[in-house]
Amino acid sequence: MSRVIHLVLEDGSVFTGESFGAERRGWGEVVFNTTMTGYQEVLTDPSYAGQVVALTYPLVGNYGINLADSESHRIRVAGLIVRQHCDLPSHSDSAMTLDAFLKEYDVPGISGIDTRALTRRLRTQGVMMGLLTDEAPEQGLRRLAEAPRYDDLDLVSTVSTAGGYLWNGRDETAAFPTGPAPAGVRRILVTDVGLKYNILRLLQSRGCEVVAVPATMPAADMLAMRPAGILLSPGPGDPELLAGIVANVQELLGRVPLMGICLGHQLAARALGARTYKLKFGHRGGNHPVQDLATGRVNITAQNHGYAVDGNDLPAGVEISHVNLNDNTVEGLAHRELPLFTIQYHSEASPGPRDNEYLFDRFLNMIDDNGGPV
Amino acid sequence: MLNCELNTAILKPQKVLVIGSGPIVIGQAAEFDYAGTQACKALREEGVTTVLVNSNPATIMTDRDIADRVYIEPLTVPVLERIIARERPDGILPTLGGQTGLNLAVALADAGILERYDVRLLGTPLDTIRKSEDRDYFRQFLTEIGEPMPPNRTVSNTAEAGEYLAEAGLPLVVRPAYTLGGTGGGIANTEDEFWTIVESGLAASPISQVLLERSLVGWKEIEYEVIRDGADNCITVCNMENLDPMGAHTGDSIVVAPSQTLTDKEYQMLRSASLKIIRGLGIEGGCNIQLATRPHPTAMRDRAGNWEADSDYYVIEVNPRVSRSSALASKATGYPIARVSAKIAVGKRLNEIPNEVTGTTGAAFEPALDYCVVKIPRWPFDKFPNGDRQVTTQMKATGEVMAIDRSFESALQKAARSLEQGNASLLWEAPEWRGSDTAGNNAAGSNSARSTMAILQSLPLHPNDLRLWALASALRQGVARDDLVAYTSVDPWFIAALERIVDQERRLLGNPLTPATLRASKRLGFADAEIATLSGLLPEQVRQLRIRHGIKPVYKMVDTCAAEFEAATPYYYSAYDTENEAPPLAGAKAIVIGSGPIRIGQGIEFDYCSVHAAWALSQAGVSSIMINSNPETVSTDFDTSDRLYFEPLDEESVRDIIDNETVIDGATDGESAPPSLVQFGGQTAINLSQSLAAAGLPILGSSAEAIDIASDRQRFERFLVNLGIPQPPGATVQSVEQALTVAQRIDYPVVVRPSYVLGGRAMEIVGNATQLIRYLTIATEVTPERQVLVDHYIEGRECEVDAICDGETVLIPGVMEHVERAGVHSGDSMAIYPGLNLTEDEVATLVEYTTRIGLALGVRGLMNIQFVLQGGNAYRSPNTRQHDPAEPTTVYVLEVNPRGSRTIPFISKVTGVPVANLATRVMLGATLRELGYEGGLWPKQGLVGIKAPVFSMSKLVGVDWYMGPEMKSTGEVMGVDRDFAAALTKALQAASISLSPGMGVLLSISDQTKPDALTLIRGLAAAGCQLYATEGTAAMITALGLPVTTITKRIGEGTPDVLDVIHDGTVGAVVNTLSGDRSVMEDGFHIRRAAVERRIPCFTSLDTARAAMESMLSGRENYNVLTTDDYLATPRE
Repeated sequence: MSRVIHLVLEDGSVFTGESFGAERRGWGEVVFNTTMTGYQEVLTDPSYAGQVVALTYPLVGNYGINLADSESHRIRVAGLIVRQHCDLPSHSDSAMTLDAFLKEYDVPGISGIDTRALTRRLRTQGVMMGLLTDEAPEQGLRRLAEAPRYDDLDLVSTVSTAGGYLWNGRDETAAFPTGPAPAGVRRILVTDVGLKYNILRLLQSRGCEVVAVPATMPAADMLAMRPAGILLSPGPGDPELLAGIVANVQELLGRVPLMGICLGHQLAARALGARTYKLKFGHRGGNHPVQDLATGRVNITAQNHGYAVDGNDLPAGVEISHVNLNDNTVEGLAHRELPLFTIQYHSEASPGPRDNEYLFDRFLNMIDDNGGPV
Repeated sequence: MLNCELNTAILKPQKVLVIGSGPIVIGQAAEFDYAGTQACKALREEGVTTVLVNSNPATIMTDRDIADRVYIEPLTVPVLERIIARERPDGILPTLGGQTGLNLAVALADAGILERYDVRLLGTPLDTIRKSEDRDYFRQFLTEIGEPMPPNRTVSNTAEAGEYLAEAGLPLVVRPAYTLGGTGGGIANTEDEFWTIVESGLAASPISQVLLERSLVGWKEIEYEVIRDGADNCITVCNMENLDPMGAHTGDSIVVAPSQTLTDKEYQMLRSASLKIIRGLGIEGGCNIQLATRPHPTAMRDRAGNWEADSDYYVIEVNPRVSRSSALASKATGYPIARVSAKIAVGKRLNEIPNEVTGTTGAAFEPALDYCVVKIPRWPFDKFPNGDRQVTTQMKATGEVMAIDRSFESALQKAARSLEQGNASLLWEAPEWRGSDTAGNNAAGSNSARSTMAILQSLPLHPNDLRLWALASALRQGVARDDLVAYTSVDPWFIAALERIVDQERRLLGNPLTPATLRASKRLGFADAEIATLSGLLPEQVRQLRIRHGIKPVYKMVDTCAAEFEAATPYYYSAYDTENEAPPLAGAKAIVIGSGPIRIGQGIEFDYCSVHAAWALSQAGVSSIMINSNPETVSTDFDTSDRLYFEPLDEESVRDIIDNETVIDGATDGESAPPSLVQFGGQTAINLSQSLAAAGLPILGSSAEAIDIASDRQRFERFLVNLGIPQPPGATVQSVEQALTVAQRIDYPVVVRPSYVLGGRAMEIVGNATQLIRYLTIATEVTPERQVLVDHYIEGRECEVDAICDGETVLIPGVMEHVERAGVHSGDSMAIYPGLNLTEDEVATLVEYTTRIGLALGVRGLMNIQFVLQGGNAYRSPNTRQHDPAEPTTVYVLEVNPRGSRTIPFISKVTGVPVANLATRVMLGATLRELGYEGGLWPKQGLVGIKAPVFSMSKLVGVDWYMGPEMKSTGEVMGVDRDFAAALTKALQAASISLSPGMGVLLSISDQTKPDALTLIRGLAAAGCQLYATEGTAAMITALGLPVTTITKRIGEGTPDVLDVIHDGTVGAVVNTLSGDRSVMEDGFHIRRAAVERRIPCFTSLDTARAAMESMLSGRENYNVLTTDDYLATPRE
């Protein structure tokens, strides 16, 4: 018989369901994601560190867990909330069940709750802290009050690579390159503030040498590697807490072509002097329409962010390049002089629509316009 | 930016001709009324003047107020040219009228008409229509854009077909070009099958072309609904996965949305391919793309003919227009594809179109579902048990149901309930499925004695209408999941879900019913009735137990965005979850009970009525609440009613919804349940009247008692006797002996039918005691529990009326007379308005009887009465000598239906009386007088309207086609004009059963109808038709002194035989009448089937044939092409 556990939210609401995955407590900021496929990618996306993720699609785990679709080397979410999980997955590539995957990384899950009711609560009240627990809800609520708050945590340090690595197409085992990139090959550094493997895969498939570098790597050391371009990766948490990294990015401005994705976009914006703020319940899903203001074209995007760049009073030289058609928030920035552009959404998709992979080509074109491989 | 805007302004058309899809046939049904109606409304919002043409009167789109100019005229090139010449539209939108619309657009372009009148084709470029239909073009296109399609070859004759067969081997798929619903195609597993299908496919294709293709049978079948605008912005509305893998037509498959077994990588791979295709085709609007992806390895374990695929997926088919699938996708997501497509066609961008569901976001997004949707097709095999039930690439379903829930299991079980047939619960099993040795073993018992293979082979597990139930039975009988997957290629995920259902059955069967088990069962979608069966309780006991423990459904909103944004749509489904999003509507409200899936006998007409009822409620300031399970229809458009519950139409669902809408008055602690309207949703709704009344729930309009009197044979007989109104003598019998005694007393021929089925099912006319005994022993069963009705058959002229009654006044909008004499189901008869061939006395009697019945029965709202007139000629037309008024006729009442009928849309359109609207107002308490109407017969309009039935018999292999007391038609057309001859010509043309002078006609007339055939034969000869006839009929024609060629009906015994002259095109029409004796009918079966498959008119009633002959003699092109308003403005007689 399944174990009964509760999801306790900081506003006092309680959802009761069954435990699956690891049998332990888990807490974090409770957020919802509306994408209908791609739970493995969501679970392994470092941007979800510190968060308990509710999937609005009610049937999760249908095709199991495979060896190819992870976005980092482990599960990153603090907990998973579903309406129903699948114990008998069906797919030729499936290596294990969702339940087994959560157990392997000691991450708790709750199943059987009214996830739509939860989503509606988060939408109206905003995201909030929550706890998965088997104890009495009142006790859980007290425990939650004592736990650190998501907004105060530097999560980047918990997910970033320690020493960096050369992307080998599979994992993080290849040694950091010491010499220059092979002749004629563009070396792209991806600052790992919580990167997803698909960024590395897409750059590599475009013929680049891709190197993941630690979030804390000084700008001078990065530039010393003679990169053709630097991609500021997505990642978790509030960019306001990352003053050191922002200062580092400031040193890169104008010295090397830059592309920023999600947190990387926010960090670049802050480095340029723009402000960031927290959204009520964020954007997490695969169906957000974004308009490219230069072409008028609308693309469907994959999104996962709780903070955004304030489009008012942008610093001189910075202009809004993309907007979200649902709520008119800033989805991309460009600079009049500097070789950089940033996007709030995920051009690497995974999960989500692949409509925006062209942005990687745009980045490489920008690099080539700027002198190509160094 | 400025440039783009300028472009849009120039390109936006001012006046657009929208082509409807014509009559409902298999493969092209109510979904196009939904699409067309939405499109017309959307174009109006854009300030575009809309001109609509459709031959189908049973549609909302042909109402006077949906488009600016409405033509109910045949969908032919000459008619459309006249409309274009008269209206001078600057654009034509064919993508909402199904394949009919596209084919007409191509024909108009080919005839140079679009160019001549400077009409721009909107939505889909001409070249794209050709690309998607012509397989060679399509293959070339896919190659150009780098998308994979299965190895294949297009062939135009049998020699080419033979070459590819030798090269590729079997199995091969055969797909004819340019046909509806895959007509004429199939999968060939043997050489015999191969040649049969290739030949019928070549015949079915208007360009004599079929595609032979490597079989992907067993692969996953996935569909994407895609939309593109003029600025090249593309979105996918949703994807769908077929439970039935490749091999079954998607219209005949159980379909789930969204896909369940695809990883995100696969989902996005197919999505990207779909976007590439719609961009490549340059479609501006909606498009359906069908793809096949690699199946689970177990699904292919035992499959022969497996080959090494060179791709992870293949593109199967593209429909460059809105389709049945897009209607389903619209209902599954809340995203109105037709509406958005129409706006795009006149130049709007996706991001300029608001999302009506949220009211705050735009149409440029992709819906996120937080529920699972299941569609199950509704097949007509309950009517045609002898038909070939196999499901292949040729669609056979007449309609479909959809259910929404938070799990697949519950959505599936809800959808099964929505089918409204005997096997509504997954528990149903055919007796023979358990093998002879274990007959009588109960449903949930396991059986270790039989081997897995024996069990698998005893079940109909290959694609057919019973497969879902057979899959459940196999699991119940202990077949291992993998074996079932390998045997059927159904993905393991679906089989595992069925296993969870079967496991729960076992739990229910083996244990006392605890609240926990009850709750778990409800979450898996078990109906109260099913739980009751398994737990040994009554359904009402289960319901009460549920209510006692607070186990009741909540209602969730379909909002396109998985609750991410606040939404305003009033579109709900039930779920056993915790939060209810549908608090009772405030204020006055009423529930419209819809008509469920489209089936033969209960078609789109009832949806038409339901929609008008909802609109009339809103007009009267009463909130309308719609319940229906059919995704194809206008009634389930979220803006038709104030609130839509997408739910099965059974007692449990309807009562749960009523409970949810019941307001509990805090002050008085009283409850007020909203009343229900049961008169509009056909037999489905009227059948619920008794259980609602028994539960103490209010019904608007006629009381449950009045409904019961009209429906109960014995009560109705007493009722008519008391009123002194004659009806054919008859009785209800419980045994063969009784039947023979009754028949002896009332005299043969008699009409016999089981009392426990409706809609003319299993009804027959028998001429003598031998036939009666055969009927009662072979065709049906008669026992005290299964009674049979025996009535004297009166071969007379049949008439019907619809009437509105408010308790004091009875309004009869018009009288309809049937072309065919009594004995042909009214739904299969041609009907003429007004009663041109009725005497004043006859009309007066019809009106008087109707008024008396309406008042005495206490009808509030609608009723329909069928009459038969005995005396005088059974066939009459203005061209024949007028009926002699001196000869007395007797009017008999055949039946009274205390509800809206199939003819409501037709009679509303030809009289201008808004029948369903008035009836609703009356049911709410208004009097006809208050609404501005007097009692009696509404004045005759200065027009003639003729309704003609349309059949889909070419799709139903093995079904005998002849007209009789059991309804067989799927749809109808209307011919309307200022006089009879013109109206008749158009009705026949629209139904594709007109004759032309000089054509060859094959006659095979039974002895008893020979005397009646004389006029027809002389008329055909007068028109220069070449007569061919079987032996006896030829002798008669020769005796008349007319030339005739004798053709033997003994197939294969002479050259040519009857089939040869049909197949080789010597004859263009067939007249074949039947004697009452079933055993002789076999002779004609092959003749009729051959005619049906050759798609030439086949008349089994001399009356229809005579009408066609008269029309031919009257000159074919002599008709008007006018709007409905023009016809109605013609001065009344």
